[in-house]
Amino acid sequence: MDLVKLNIDGKNIEVPKGITIHKAAKSIGIDIPVLCYMELKDLNIENKPGGCRICVVEVEGRRNLAPSCSTNVEEGMVIKTSSLRAMNARRTVLELILSDHPKDCLICAKSGNCDLQDMAIRLGVRKIPGQEFAEMSTYRLDTSPSIIRDMDKCILCRRCETMCNDFQTVGALSAVNRGFQAVIAPAFEMNLEHSSCTYCGQCVAVCPTGALTEVDHTPDVISTLNDPTKTVIVQTAPAVRAALGEEFGLAPGTLVTGKMVNALRRLGFNYVFDTDFAADLTIMEEGTEMLNRLTKFLNGDKDVKLPILTSCCPAWVNFFEHQFPEMQDIPSTARSPQQMFGSIAKTYFADKIGVKREDLVVVSIMPCLAKKYECQREEFSVDGNPDVDFSISTRELAHFIKEANINFMELENEDFDKPMGESSGAAVIFGTTGGVIEAATRTAYEIYTKKELPKIDFEELRGLDGIREATIDIDGFDLKIGIAHGLGNARKLLEDIKAGKSHYHAIEIMACPGGCIGGGGQPLHHGDSKILKARAKAIYKEDANKPIRKSHENPYILELYKEFLGEPMSEKAHHLLHTHYFDKSKKKFQI
Amino acid sequence: MSKYKMHLLVCGGTGCRASASDAIVENLKKELNNQGLDESVQVIMTGCFGFCEKGPIVKVVPDNTFYTEVKPSDAKDLVEEHIIKGRKVERLLYKDPVKKVTVSDEEGMSFYKKQLRIALRNCGFINPENIEEYIARDGYMAIGQILSENTPEEVIEIIKASGLRGRGGAGFPTGLKWQLTRQTKSDQKYVVCNADEGDPGAFMDRSILEGDPHSVLEAMAICGYSIGADTGLIYIRAEYPLAISRLLTAIGQAREFGLLGKNILGSGFDFDIELKYGAGAFVCGEETALIHSMEGKRGEPSLKPPFPSVEGYLKKPTNVNNVETLANIPAIILKGHKWFSSIGTEKSKGTKVFALAGKINNVGLIEVPMGTTLREVIYEIGGGIKDGKKFKAVQTGGPSGGCLTEAHLDVPIDYENLLAAGSMMGSGGMIIMDEDNCMVSIAKYFLDFSVEESCGKCSPCRIGNKRLYELLDRITQGKAEFDDLARLKNLSEVIKDTSLCGLGQSSPNPVLSTLQYFREEYEAHIIDHKCPAGECKALMVYSILEEHCVGCTACARACPVGAISGERKLVHSIDQSICIKCGACFDKCKFDAVLVQ
Amino acid sequence: MSSVKIELRKDQVDKIRQIAKTFKNDPGELINVLHKCQGEFGYLPAEVQEVVADELKMSVAKVYGVVTFYSFFSMIPTGRYPISICTGTACYVRGAEKVLAEFKKQLNIEVGTSSPDGKFSLSCLRCVGACGLAPVVLVGDKTFGRVSPDGVKDILKEFEEM
Repeated sequence: MDLVKLNIDGKNIEVPKGITIHKAAKSIGIDIPVLCYMELKDLNIENKPGGCRICVVEVEGRRNLAPSCSTNVEEGMVIKTSSLRAMNARRTVLELILSDHPKDCLICAKSGNCDLQDMAIRLGVRKIPGQEFAEMSTYRLDTSPSIIRDMDKCILCRRCETMCNDFQTVGALSAVNRGFQAVIAPAFEMNLEHSSCTYCGQCVAVCPTGALTEVDHTPDVISTLNDPTKTVIVQTAPAVRAALGEEFGLAPGTLVTGKMVNALRRLGFNYVFDTDFAADLTIMEEGTEMLNRLTKFLNGDKDVKLPILTSCCPAWVNFFEHQFPEMQDIPSTARSPQQMFGSIAKTYFADKIGVKREDLVVVSIMPCLAKKYECQREEFSVDGNPDVDFSISTRELAHFIKEANINFMELENEDFDKPMGESSGAAVIFGTTGGVIEAATRTAYEIYTKKELPKIDFEELRGLDGIREATIDIDGFDLKIGIAHGLGNARKLLEDIKAGKSHYHAIEIMACPGGCIGGGGQPLHHGDSKILKARAKAIYKEDANKPIRKSHENPYILELYKEFLGEPMSEKAHHLLHTHYFDKSKKKFQI
Repeated sequence: MSKYKMHLLVCGGTGCRASASDAIVENLKKELNNQGLDESVQVIMTGCFGFCEKGPIVKVVPDNTFYTEVKPSDAKDLVEEHIIKGRKVERLLYKDPVKKVTVSDEEGMSFYKKQLRIALRNCGFINPENIEEYIARDGYMAIGQILSENTPEEVIEIIKASGLRGRGGAGFPTGLKWQLTRQTKSDQKYVVCNADEGDPGAFMDRSILEGDPHSVLEAMAICGYSIGADTGLIYIRAEYPLAISRLLTAIGQAREFGLLGKNILGSGFDFDIELKYGAGAFVCGEETALIHSMEGKRGEPSLKPPFPSVEGYLKKPTNVNNVETLANIPAIILKGHKWFSSIGTEKSKGTKVFALAGKINNVGLIEVPMGTTLREVIYEIGGGIKDGKKFKAVQTGGPSGGCLTEAHLDVPIDYENLLAAGSMMGSGGMIIMDEDNCMVSIAKYFLDFSVEESCGKCSPCRIGNKRLYELLDRITQGKAEFDDLARLKNLSEVIKDTSLCGLGQSSPNPVLSTLQYFREEYEAHIIDHKCPAGECKALMVYSILEEHCVGCTACARACPVGAISGERKLVHSIDQSICIKCGACFDKCKFDAVLVQ
Repeated sequence: MSSVKIELRKDQVDKIRQIAKTFKNDPGELINVLHKCQGEFGYLPAEVQEVVADELKMSVAKVYGVVTFYSFFSMIPTGRYPISICTGTACYVRGAEKVLAEFKKQLNIEVGTSSPDGKFSLSCLRCVGACGLAPVVLVGDKTFGRVSPDGVKDILKEFEEM
């Protein structure tokens, strides 16, 4: 590796060629503040517009200041990161940014979790000169089923634009207008709801300010919990337990399943259930559908649609409905675990406890913002009553726990309620990329071969590479599996399928980086991919610790089929657990 | 040109066309036809002569008579008198305002005397829509010469030795730029001509493209040969329809003559040129922004490095030069680098084209050797200040430049001197201001431009320029405080120091230079609430001079807010608390009884 | 950017498709395609941008991002006689602002809008390169030089009667 010698703040150092001043400084403990810059290293996402100009430093011999996030080191450079000139510039630039930013921090959804606020604290800004005469750029507030855009708070860091376009290839957002009126917006500055937005929430996850936030459904949940006529049940998605602790200061990757269950009981939910139960159910349905298609394929049926694509990620479903409507018949028709849960809860379980559908309220705790939209889809309701009433994110749950005076750290571990709280390890790993297909493979293998798996862990399906593939030997048949996380990666696999170049039998797709652990509703990772890795590790640990690790061995799932559904893909199962898709590409834009 | 014994060259520059030079051509042709002279006298519409103040221009060759301010109705006289009877049409000749004599040719005109035309060498001499006329003036000889005699490296050495620097802004050495692009290894490279002239008040690139398009095409081919590119792209403002049509004609003709396309002049060198259209964004003059725009994207600049010479259009090595820079190239090849470097100052070689405008007698396009002083330009070529007013400042370099004062009049113009004085060469706009121009308002005008043209990508430029504008606006309203001057200065310096691209790095220059040279004018606005130049409306006080007022009531009737009272035939008065300073009373008064202070 | 809602006819959609095709449906040619479309329609309504995005296989947000970046592109139709006032520096120092104010007053419209009858629209542009004639006003293709506020009425009159 080539090295270059340089001097930063009086220290002579040697660093690899091609790294930035910011990284070189960091290597010797000098933390130059950055604002617009964002790097998700293991996911190959870098947002480096060099736009905010907060990170400027003085480089000897250079006419103007250099943005340290995007200026590479050079041999012999002499850099001052905290000279009077650099500090004055940094402060003045921050004052400028603040002069065009609302000052209602106290009531902002991002308060306490805002990079801009942190910067103002760090630089000790006390006054913004000329604020009283400064015109502010203002925009219409845009509320969609999942995401709120308050662009008055946008600082044009372009992170959301990078996520939406480069990583997700959704293209709902773009920089529009010019100069002082420049802002990130959907086409024609229409509402997000009318754009091609998938609600993956990655824009929200990376937004440094309160410009992009989730729609908060906690108030609805609170009032339902206080309605004596309602029985309120809650389901928690697998990825939530691996990240919720971070909101209470625990290290990333700390599993808080037991504390979370306890907290939910204290919040007043009548039954605390697990989306994992429905994940096992998903495997039964989706796995069966996969086996059916494969069997037909192996029997020479040329019309069978392969590969089969997973369908549990709602942002992914939105994505193909918008971008690949002609491929509607390829994804599995299985509903997502959230919706299977709701559907079973409001039929099977409601009957079981003798509560009328309209008196049963289903709340989901999700790492996801697209789930908010998913549960509002018309096809997932009966006579206007939705299968899942409210979906709140991991972040919202953390706020709710704090608001309810619950000392989370002191809580004893408790177990989920039965029957819909029981799950296998296979269900838990739904929370990370590769998990759904691994869970499906565990079940498909044993059902197809009627033999016990020699080894439950499919290491070859794990990891954080954007597109992965593996070939699983199922009794002599080579099952070719593809995995993509991030919709940009998904697009590549879809283009291959469209072009007839795909050789996979089954593909798992998750919209978010790392899968649900990196969901748009999770505690903010601020671009640190180590956090994602820790969460994934926690998920696999939970799986390994489970007594049952295959969906088809979950006794309550077996009971559900016996008592209620019959068998996988039965007519009843079809009615309650499967769905159909829509062509949203020709949806007329509403301006 | 052999068949004709006489030529009438009619200026087809934008200014003259706006004054009906098309109709002049038409009428001249009609008259010649009537007189049966259409076989012996040719009417040619040329590019800009430069002397826009006195346009439309008609020049008679070979006797070089230079007619000014010609109207279509003058065609009859020109043909009957000058051509048939051989008598000059006295009334259309230029009258020297200083010496009060009539001058019949360019040599005798002070406007042209100190000029040296290299980039503009063919403008006004040839029909830009006829390649043969360009060839007749040694056109395409330079490309022919280098293709047969020089290696690409040798051409680059010639350009380097000539000392030619970029004419579009910062003055980067052209030869070095070519060399850097040549050095980058790639299967595909591009030559880009930046014709996105966006400087308000500069129109030299347009004039060259309209008057001599082939010189730019030839230069691009020379550049292509030197750096190893087979494709040239001209990024041109869509607002320049005439330049576009002439370029398209020229490209077509050059292809027909085998001077563009495959195997040029049998040398094995391929080179062709396409047009790419700008769509009205000043920031696209910045080369990275220009490249993004050519790629069909928002014209936002990006950080350098990587420089376009390494990673440019479609991520391929790209050499970007502006029109005027390129127009010099064929002349340098033909006349040699020694000739070129003998002109100018130590570090700035050759000539520079300036668009002289504002409060000056001879508005127009001029080309002078580097090192010419501002005084020579303003007083000799420009003929001094309009209406006998006092010179106050000259603004060079457009929105990126600064305002220079009387103290700078004897500074020889070159890159370094202008920079040292707080301005810059820029693309060559030169706006003259007189005592009636308020320097705070001028700074505000340029900031308004920068605010509108900022791409918005970086915060200092996006927000900072807006704040500068707001501060200046408050000063012109008389609402600013003394501390605001320090803020103005700090903000300007930080914007320069931290902005992403050349636009933000230079947009505060008009503020800083006026603050430096006209500080007392700023202070007058802030402390005395007065605009010394009398331009800032909000600071004006309208009052009625008792001794002039006859009580006609015209002003009171004109006042839209009823601020003026007074009986008929009695002296009127203005209530300052109601007055909105619209100036209606001043305009209406026939007795000079309304005083504006 | 404010805009006007329209419905495209099939032949209009075909026209856009044809334009895109002449540029090989290359997203890199977006600006050229938009120029041609604006030439065809006089402006760039949202519906046109949607078809362009479709044809060039890019997101309509990106197309809109480009349309709103460049001042040459407009999403509202111009008047039959589009009036452009040059506000370049040469024209500015010779009083273009006053001329602009007079046009606004006479027409009672703001810059970037059209008169209710669709006859005139008002815009500013930066330097047409006729600084010798400053201040300069363009009405359609016709150039008026050395315009004074008093002359505004006469210019408008010329077109009122057409």
